[in-house]
Amino acid sequence: MLTSLLLLKPDEEDYWNSSKFKAFTFDDEDDEFSRLKESKQAVNSIRRLVEEDDDEDDVEKVSWSGEPVGSISWSVRETAASNQRTDREPAFPKINADTPTVSRSHSGYSLSSLFKGETGDQFSDSLSDSSVRLYAPELRKPKSEYKDYVSDWSPEETVHRMQQGKAVSLEKFRSLQDKLLLLDFSISAHDGNVITAVTLFTITFTVLFRELESRQTALRHFIHYLTETRDQRLLLELLRALGRTEDIALLQYKEHLSIADENKRRDFLKSCLSLPFSPEDSAHVQDHYTLLERQIIIEATDRQAERGGKVEIFQKFPRRASILNMPLITTLYYCCFYHYTESEGTYSSPLNVRQTFRISEKQFFVTALAARAKLKAWVDVDALFTSRNWLGFTRKKSPLGFHRVVDILQKNSAPTQVLQEYVGLVDDAELRISLAQKHKCHDIIINTYRDLKDRQQLLGYRGKVERGSVEERKINELLDNPQIRWKN
Amino acid sequence: MAHSARRDSPELPDFSLLKRLARDQLIYLLEQLPGKKDLFIEADLMSPLDRIANVSTLKQHEVDKLYKVEYKPVISTSDQLCFLIRPRIQTVKWICDVVNADKAAGKFRRYKLIFTPQKFYACEAVLEEQGIFGDVTTDEWAFYLLPLDDDIISLELPEFFRDNFLAGDQRWVRTAGSTLHLLHSIYGPFSKIYGIGRCSKMAYESWREQVEEGETKARQAEIGNVFLIDRDVDFVTPLCSQVVYEGLVDDIFRIKCGCVEFGPDVTSSDKSMKVMLNSQDKVFNEIRNEHFSNVFGFLSQKARNLQTAYDKRRGMDIKQMKTFVSEELKGLKQEHRLLSLHIGASESIMKKKTKQDFQELLKTEHSLLEGFEIRECISFIEEHINRQVSMIESLRLLCLLSITENGLLPKDYRSLKAQYLQSYGVDHLLTFANLRQLGLLVEQQPGETLTVMESKVGKLVNDKTAGKLTDAFSSLAKKSNFRALSKKLNLVPKSDEEYDLRVPRDMAYIFSGAYIPLSCKLIEQVLERDGWTGLEEVTRLLNGHEFAVTGSTAGSSGADSRAKNDAQRIVLVMFLGGCTFSEISALRFLGRERGYKFIVVTTAITNSSRLIEALLDNHV
Repeated sequence: MLTSLLLLKPDEEDYWNSSKFKAFTFDDEDDEFSRLKESKQAVNSIRRLVEEDDDEDDVEKVSWSGEPVGSISWSVRETAASNQRTDREPAFPKINADTPTVSRSHSGYSLSSLFKGETGDQFSDSLSDSSVRLYAPELRKPKSEYKDYVSDWSPEETVHRMQQGKAVSLEKFRSLQDKLLLLDFSISAHDGNVITAVTLFTITFTVLFRELESRQTALRHFIHYLTETRDQRLLLELLRALGRTEDIALLQYKEHLSIADENKRRDFLKSCLSLPFSPEDSAHVQDHYTLLERQIIIEATDRQAERGGKVEIFQKFPRRASILNMPLITTLYYCCFYHYTESEGTYSSPLNVRQTFRISEKQFFVTALAARAKLKAWVDVDALFTSRNWLGFTRKKSPLGFHRVVDILQKNSAPTQVLQEYVGLVDDAELRISLAQKHKCHDIIINTYRDLKDRQQLLGYRGKVERGSVEERKINELLDNPQIRWKN
Repeated sequence: MAHSARRDSPELPDFSLLKRLARDQLIYLLEQLPGKKDLFIEADLMSPLDRIANVSTLKQHEVDKLYKVEYKPVISTSDQLCFLIRPRIQTVKWICDVVNADKAAGKFRRYKLIFTPQKFYACEAVLEEQGIFGDVTTDEWAFYLLPLDDDIISLELPEFFRDNFLAGDQRWVRTAGSTLHLLHSIYGPFSKIYGIGRCSKMAYESWREQVEEGETKARQAEIGNVFLIDRDVDFVTPLCSQVVYEGLVDDIFRIKCGCVEFGPDVTSSDKSMKVMLNSQDKVFNEIRNEHFSNVFGFLSQKARNLQTAYDKRRGMDIKQMKTFVSEELKGLKQEHRLLSLHIGASESIMKKKTKQDFQELLKTEHSLLEGFEIRECISFIEEHINRQVSMIESLRLLCLLSITENGLLPKDYRSLKAQYLQSYGVDHLLTFANLRQLGLLVEQQPGETLTVMESKVGKLVNDKTAGKLTDAFSSLAKKSNFRALSKKLNLVPKSDEEYDLRVPRDMAYIFSGAYIPLSCKLIEQVLERDGWTGLEEVTRLLNGHEFAVTGSTAGSSGADSRAKNDAQRIVLVMFLGGCTFSEISALRFLGRERGYKFIVVTTAITNSSRLIEALLDNHV
C-alpha cells in the first residue's frame, strides 16, 4: 500500500482535472516567476504569497471538478468581477494557527531533531543556513535540473497547489530532506487532505516512522489513514516503532469484535491476556475471557436442557436469545432468572458469578431483585431483604433506597399488595406518600397521615377513596378516635 | 414567545440560492456522463439530496435507477454507473470491489465517482492501490451547505467531529474554509471575524487564503460578522439534557436533516408520519424555542383559538360561509393538523420522560453544573449503571461529571469504569480509551494534586465554596476548568432565586434557568466587547486559540449606511464539530434581546446521544 504514492506524472493530469481542463504550459517565464517569489519569500521571512500567478486565472475556474461551469448563477457571479483583480493588500490578516509556520517552527524542522540517530549529524552542519535552504531549496540546484520538470514548484507551492486540487508532481522530492520539507510545509498548511497525501508519499519506508515522531500532526493523519484502510499490520508496526504499547494492546484486542465464532473468539481473547495493557485494563480483559468461557459452557448446557423439554423454567419462559457475548450483568440476570437456587459449585450459579467477578453487593442485589421480580417470585424477593439482628428479629434492609426498590418492582408489574409493603419502608414521609398515591396504597397514606397527626389531610383523602370502602371506614374510625391528638 | 422582538431587527439573507447552486452543479455533473445511467447514493446523502432536488430532476438527466450504497454486490444492468458519495475510504473500497467484480466477469461499464463536498487524495490512493485508477472517472460536487431553515445551515458532516477532535485528522479544515469562502463570496464581504479553537483558527486561515486566491467583488454585504467556535471549547452544553421543545424533540425522536418521523403514538393513527420541522410550520415556529413547561399551555390556548375560529361559521349566511370556506378553512385545517401533531408529540414526550424519572436526572445534571452534592450525583450515576439503564445516558452522565469536576478521583474513575464494563460489556474499554483521549472522561492525575486537594478542601468546607477555591487555584490547574469558567462568566445563576421560565431573563432558560450555555455566553461577551479584551482570564482557562480580526475591506464600499448597519447586526456563527438545537434557541433569544440576527452554520446538528455515539468503539 505504501507504494501507492500520489505520484502524478504530467501525463496523468487528466485524472486530476476534469475533461474540461484547459491545458496550460509552464513556460520559462513561469519558472522565473516562481523563483523570484521564492527568493523574495526567503528575504521577507514567511510573508504569504500575495501576488497571484496570472496564468492561474484560467485554471481557477475549472479546478479538479470542472467546478462551477455548469451553474448559471454561479458563473455569472464569478466571472462578473474576474477583471477587477489588482494587486492588493490581503483583505484579512493572517493569524498564527496553532502549529507555527515552518519558518518559525523548531519542532517542525529543527534539523538536529529531525536527523537524530544514525543518519545523524552530517546534515545539521551543512544546513546552518537553513532559512535559505528551506525557502529556496531549488536555488541551490544546478540550473540544468529545472528544465527536466514541466512543473517545478517549490515545496510550499506544491502544497499550495495540492490544496487547490491542481496538478503537481511529487517525484522530484526524492531526498529525505526534500520529502521532510514537503511534509513540514503540508503540516503548516493545516489541510488534512494534503497532510495525508504527503505523509503517504513521504513515509515510504518503515525506517522513516521515527521521523513522524517529531511530527505529531502527520503521525495522527497517517494513523487515521491506516485505521480507515484497515491496514492492521502496518499500523501495529508503526505503533511498535513508536513504543505505544497500550495502543497496540487495545488495537489487537479490538480484533475480537470481528470474530463471529464464539470458540475462536474465546481463544483469541485468551491470547490477548499477554498484551501490554495497563494493569487495570488487564484485569478487565481477563474478566472478558473468563466470562465468555463460562457463557459458552452455560449456553451449551442450557440449550440442551431447553431442547430436552424436561426443565420447567425453560418451558415456562423460553429463552429469547443466547447468552453468548452478553455483558456480565446481563449474564448475572440470566443466572438469577434460570439458575437461582444452584449451589455455588456450578458456573451458572449466581453466587459463583458474583464471587468470580467481584460483583458489589448493591449490584448483585439490584440484579437479583429485578430477575426474581420478573418471575414474580415474591418469596425470593422478600428473602433478599431479610436480615436478622442479634435479638433474632427479622427486619428488612436494602442496599438500595426503597423508592428505587418500588420502582424496580413496579416495572416488573408487582401487585399492589407487594408494592405496598415496600412503599411503607420508604423513609421520607413525603416521598412515601407520593409513591403511595402513585401506586394506590391507601393504607400507607392513611397511616402516614395518622402518624403525622394531620387531620386535614386525612379529611381530604377521605374524599378520594371510594364510598363505603374499607378505606373510608378506616379513616372514619381514625377521625373519631379521641386518643389521637391532631395537630390541626 | 412572550416578549416582542426588536422592531428594527434586520432581515435574514436568502439562503435558497445555496440550494439552487448545488442543484445546478449536480445537473452539470450528471450531464458529464451522457446517456442512461444508474445512480448509487451514499445513504446519508439521501436526505440532503432530497432537500435540493427530486427524482424527476434526476430522471430528466437520464438517471435510470436509483440505489442506496449498501456495500453489497450491485445488481444493476446499466452500462453506466454513477456513484454519489462522501469521500470515505470504505465506500471507495466497495466501489473498487464492484469494478473488479465486473472486470472478473468480463463486463464492461463506465463508472463515475462524484465526491461531495470534495475528494481526498487518500480516496484516490485507494483507487490506485486497488488497480482501478483510470477505469473510473472522478469528480467533485461542491455541495457544502444545506439550508435547514431560515437561520440554520448545515454541512451535514457528522463525521467532522470524530475525525477532527478524536483522530486529529484535519481533512475537513479546507472544507470548512471553502464553506466560509462560499458564504463570503455570496453574502459577504465579512467585516469582522471572531473565533476560538484550534480548528476555527485553521479554518479561518484556509478561508483567508482562498479569499486571497480569488477575487473580491465590490458588493453590499449581507452578513457582517462571523464567529467561529470549536465544539471542544464547550462540551458541557451538548452533554446536557435538552428541555426546549425543538431540542427535546431532537433528543427523543431525532430530527434528521430538518425532518422528523413521528410514530403511531404521536400521530394517533396506525402509521408513522414524516414531518418537516422549520419556520414554515406556524405552530412549531411558535413553540420551538420555548421551555417545555410552557408548551402545553401554549398548545391548549391555540386549540381554543382554533375552536373559536371554527365556531364563527355558526350563524353565517351562505355568502359568508362561501368566503369562509375559500379563505379561512384551508388555513384552519392546516393549523388543526399541525396542532394535533405537536400535541401528540408533547404527550409522547411527557410519557417517555415521566417513565424514566426525568426530574431526578435533571436534578443530577443541575447539581453537577453547580458543583453541589457531587457524592449524591455519583451514586445516582452508579445506580443508573447498575440497573443497566441506557448505555449512552450513563456514559453521558459520566462525561458530564468528569468535565465539570476536572476529572474523576482515581478511585471513583476505577470503580465507575469497572461497573460500566460489567453492565454494558468489556468491549467498551475501547470507548473509554477514546473518551480519555478526547479529555471527556479522565481521572485526575497525580500531578494535579492541587485539584484533588482543592476539591477535598472544598468538600470539607462545603460544596458551594469549592467553586471559589477552584478559582483561586485555577492559575495552576489546566484541563476543562469548567468550575472556574462558570464562576468567571456567571454561567450558573444562583439557585435560590426564582426563575420564571415564561419570561426568560437570560439564555439560562434553555436549561430551566440552571445554566447559561458556555458557547453562547462566549459569543455574547465577544460581540458585546467587540473582541476578547477583558476576557483574557477566560481564554486562558479555555486553552487559548482565540482571535478577532477586522478586514481591510470593511467600510470601504460606499453603500448606504443603513444597509451596512443591518449587515453588522447579522452574525454568522459557525460551529465546528456540531451544535445543538438548544444552543440555536439560546442564540435566537440573544438576538432578540440585543437586536442581532444569528445565522447558525454547523458541521451537523448534534445532541448528547450523537456526541457520545460518535465516540463508541464497541463495534467493528
